[in-house]
Amino acid sequence: MLDIEIDGKQVQVPPGSTIMDAARALGAYIPHFCYHKKLSIAANCRMCLVQVEKAPKPLPACATPAANGMKVFTHSELAVKAQKGVMEFLLINHPLDCPICDQGGECQLQDLSVGYGGTASRYREAKHVVVAKDVGPLISMREMSRCIHCTRCVRFGQEIAGVMELGMANRNVHSEILTFVGRSVDSELSGNMIDLCPVGALTSKPFRYSARSWELSRRGSVSPHDSLGTNLIVQVKNGRVMRVLPRENEEINECWISDKDRFSYEALNSAERLQKPMVRVDGALREVEWNVALDYVAHALKDVAGKHGAGSLAALASPHSTAEELYLLRKLMRAMGSGNVDFRPRRSDFSSDGKRAGIPWLGLRIAEIQNLSAALVVGGFLRKDHPLFAQRLRQLARKAGKVSVVSVTGDESLIDLHARISVAPRNLARALAGVLKAAATRLGAAVPAGLETVEPCAQAQAIAESLTTGGKKAIFLGNVAEQVDQAGQLHALAADLSRLTGASLGFIGEAANSVGGYVAGALPGGEGLDGLNAREMFARPRKAYLLLGVEPEFDCANPREAVAAIKQADFVAVMTPFRDGAAMDYADALLPLAAFTETSGTYVNTEGRVQSVSGVCRPPGEARPGWKVLRVLGNTLALPGFDHESSEAVRDEFIPAGAPFAENLDNGVDLPLAPLPAASAGGLERIADVPIHFADALARRARALQKTRDAAEPVARIHPETLDRLGVAAGERVRVRQGPGEAVLTARADALVPPDCVRVAAAHATTASLGGMFGPIDVERA
Amino acid sequence: MAILGAINPILTVGWNGDAAWRLRDYVKRGGYGALRKILEEKIPADQVIGEIKKSGLRGRGGAGFPTGLKWSFMPKDFKDGKYIVCNTDEGEPGTFKDRDILRNNPHAVIEGMAIAAYAVGAERGYNYIHGEIWEIYKRFEEALDEAREAGFIGRDILGSGFGFELFAHHGYGAYVCGEESALLESIEGKKGQPRFKPPFPASVGLYGKPTTINNTETFAAVPFVLNMGAEAYLEAGKPNNGGTKLFSVSGHVNRPGNYELPLGTPFATLLEMAGGVRGGRKLKACIPGGSSAPVLPAEIIMDCTMDYDCIGKAGSMMGSGAVIVMDETTCMVRALERLSYFYHEESCGQCTPCREGTGWMYRIVHRIEHGEGRPEDLELLSSLTANIMGRTVCALGDAAAMPVQGFLKHFRDEFAYHVEHGKCLVPPEVQRAGSTFFKAAE
Repeated sequence: MLDIEIDGKQVQVPPGSTIMDAARALGAYIPHFCYHKKLSIAANCRMCLVQVEKAPKPLPACATPAANGMKVFTHSELAVKAQKGVMEFLLINHPLDCPICDQGGECQLQDLSVGYGGTASRYREAKHVVVAKDVGPLISMREMSRCIHCTRCVRFGQEIAGVMELGMANRNVHSEILTFVGRSVDSELSGNMIDLCPVGALTSKPFRYSARSWELSRRGSVSPHDSLGTNLIVQVKNGRVMRVLPRENEEINECWISDKDRFSYEALNSAERLQKPMVRVDGALREVEWNVALDYVAHALKDVAGKHGAGSLAALASPHSTAEELYLLRKLMRAMGSGNVDFRPRRSDFSSDGKRAGIPWLGLRIAEIQNLSAALVVGGFLRKDHPLFAQRLRQLARKAGKVSVVSVTGDESLIDLHARISVAPRNLARALAGVLKAAATRLGAAVPAGLETVEPCAQAQAIAESLTTGGKKAIFLGNVAEQVDQAGQLHALAADLSRLTGASLGFIGEAANSVGGYVAGALPGGEGLDGLNAREMFARPRKAYLLLGVEPEFDCANPREAVAAIKQADFVAVMTPFRDGAAMDYADALLPLAAFTETSGTYVNTEGRVQSVSGVCRPPGEARPGWKVLRVLGNTLALPGFDHESSEAVRDEFIPAGAPFAENLDNGVDLPLAPLPAASAGGLERIADVPIHFADALARRARALQKTRDAAEPVARIHPETLDRLGVAAGERVRVRQGPGEAVLTARADALVPPDCVRVAAAHATTASLGGMFGPIDVERA
Repeated sequence: MAILGAINPILTVGWNGDAAWRLRDYVKRGGYGALRKILEEKIPADQVIGEIKKSGLRGRGGAGFPTGLKWSFMPKDFKDGKYIVCNTDEGEPGTFKDRDILRNNPHAVIEGMAIAAYAVGAERGYNYIHGEIWEIYKRFEEALDEAREAGFIGRDILGSGFGFELFAHHGYGAYVCGEESALLESIEGKKGQPRFKPPFPASVGLYGKPTTINNTETFAAVPFVLNMGAEAYLEAGKPNNGGTKLFSVSGHVNRPGNYELPLGTPFATLLEMAGGVRGGRKLKACIPGGSSAPVLPAEIIMDCTMDYDCIGKAGSMMGSGAVIVMDETTCMVRALERLSYFYHEESCGQCTPCREGTGWMYRIVHRIEHGEGRPEDLELLSSLTANIMGRTVCALGDAAAMPVQGFLKHFRDEFAYHVEHGKCLVPPEVQRAGSTFFKAAE
């Protein structure tokens, strides 16, 4: 440890620390702009100049290594003179119009200029003007004259997001932050640049000039989107969510949030919010009072159960629902005598149900990722499915951790990968088996039975090498690994690989409550009841459906089958925050649901962390929190055990009070290895990604997100050779068919898609008429 | 134009004829003898560095850092590839010596770099050549081909087992790339912007490896130092200022060009060799070491000897040895305006004081020159230079501030006159009389 003295106070810091680190350890503030604890050191703003004993010149605290016995003065005459000199330079070309700047009130430059700026400017020449740029729907670069060239945004792109979307071009005072020609700034993490920008140069396009920072209240919340459980600050004015910012939590999201977390709030304020219950009378939906609606639903459910038996009722929930909602839904269904409940609409293989040792989870704490020596991600569109999880792995790879991917496309992960295998979905298990066999061979262990015909490729060998050497390792099963037909087989293979190599095994999980749903027990069967899972309840159509926050036309593994089953049912009740979906066609009752900022509730994230939040504003109109709706519905049905006074009381029934983490997390599975499918199906196979901004009901309605590149209308992406063989030219319209379902899309050549595969995105209106996300598909010229 | 004059020359001996740069001629003059001797006699690297240290050879690029000392900073036990880089990014206004060295004696640079590589244990080298001298770049490539063919660079040089690969790298003409860490960034294919130091290139340099960077003239001197012996080289100059130096004389002299003089030669001698002030006019001022060195008025410079210590004591810098001579027809405000414009234009824009300060200084001087000066401007200029100097990532900030300080220190009355009267102390007709530009226009 090094002893260093700052302004007369002693502090000890580890070797390699800078003066800035030492000051932070001491709690002393040194003014700065370009320095950021998560970014590399640029030392270009020069605001942190301090005096160091024996140094003839002031030195930048952010870049000067601390040395033993060093004496630093942050407020000496020399230091303050240097800091004031820099502030004067920063301000000469910066517009001095804080009252009309969107950043005003939360601007680092404004704050520091109070302490270090002059009362009047000595600069009397014309100010430099920088031309405004249009960089897409998320970030506004209209006021680039405000830029102070700290390059935080540039370094963020290079180091954190993994893609350099912004760079500094030109020199001297003509230096300016630019995109590559014609490119927008909307990668899945871009919005963080708005927070990083210390001035009003990069601002949030949807939020700009809609409120002043001091008018907003700051309230803590948790993201309802991906499984990370990102901590948020929701800013509210007059009961309306105005914007969303990161709430720093080093254990989970550090100081970042994804663009989806940041901008999805626009959907909360959408004109299409359902504000009053509706029931179908004579074929038309009519607004009614809550008691009427609940009576109607209760009667209808009882009626169907009475006529066809309780087994003809089924309930499906979105995994983005709160754990309390999921719990009460299952409780309601069971109390009525039906075990047909599920919260995993995009799953198609349920062979591991009943064979699992516990609740599937990440297998380690998120913060432990940085200490891994190797990680293998199986099946998934990592970057778009889990932006911040991918960011953690990106940092791991930057620190020489070996990150490998086995998946169904060669999508750019922006991670410096150790090895990657891209295969058709049907060969995913075979590819993982290759890694397993290579690892067994390397370790001199017996090759598991059934893998005799598997030939590990060079990449599989490389992955096996990374998993059989080094320190802590982890295997992660991504979204695709849970969605494909061989999900159980992949689970079993990964469990074998984990046992063999000592690597931890985990599921990244698709949604905010992918673990929470298991904790709440929103699963088929149980308590002596038979139950149909999310696929069976549509494959064997029921008479009545209760849908919670889910939009089957977008959220189900086989949307065509799901919608067909729903349409034939006698009764369909939909709890939803929105009134613009397909539910308007098939629902017999619509119950307005409070969205995530409007209800209290619990999310159990992928590492099993229990995070309960309060509502931060009132739901619009007569929309009500889901737990209240289900509780009153339980009362209306005269079911026992529905007398909760608060969401906490609901939670306490299934999570021990005060538990920071869920119990019974265990990824073990007792599933024999099924024979591997033949390497070739002889036809074309569909690969369906769930584009990041189509993944849930909220994101689908967020206006700005829907204008990004990631929200482009789906096309049929096909390997160029396959395209040639089909006799289709890139850019031509093609008809893709799955059974009776079909869609007409534009064909696009994409060498990242394995041969004989067609990548057609799910969760979009243009592809909702198709069948399963993975499986046979036909393509012909339209 | 090879060399216009010399006293006891070392570097420029034999610079005559079109073929003097060829390998054959260089070897005939004793070229590659020093390298051959080191490799054949297996002289230890430490001894080579010791010899350079003893010779008092100091960096010829501007900073004057002792070369032997710089070489000794390279980590000895680092085995993962080290680099030698030659800085021929000669962009300092007034400097034009390195291009002549590469034009007339490129093999001396190659030999010097090979010896340096041997001394510090480097296996690869680059010569970064200024972007605006294409024919020199081509010549150096030709010389490299000759040296490779003859086995003076490449694998297993002269059968010694020592290998050194050397490449030429053509820049794009940014002044800031003459700063060693910006030069490294540029070789790496990035935007030429200085790096923050520490770490210095000797520990983290090109591609993150330990790197020694020297000026062209420094490398060119190395073989001669070793051939004649450190003591003889030191004696050729004066104590702490070993050897001879090339001076690029430009401005109002009769014979502008390169001159080789022993360090410590009086300025008056150099001026005389350059044919004296043009038109027999009076010397007004001289910038003794490239445009970033503070200007010295005639009465001070005429008492100086041309070496690091004397010029330093007089309040300026020997710098790169670019001597810019100004006669009595020069308007000092106008001269500074042009210099300030250069530094404003060439600031890389990375750090605040330089990016903002150089533009501000230029605008003020521009205003004064154009009759719009304000009484407080001179104080403002002084205060700005103080706020730039020592506060920037690299030395470009200092290089921009020093001329302003120098001009204000010695010619404050001219600036004050400009501010007060809105016109020049030197009447326009006098300025025109001394200007070839106006003569050409008439």
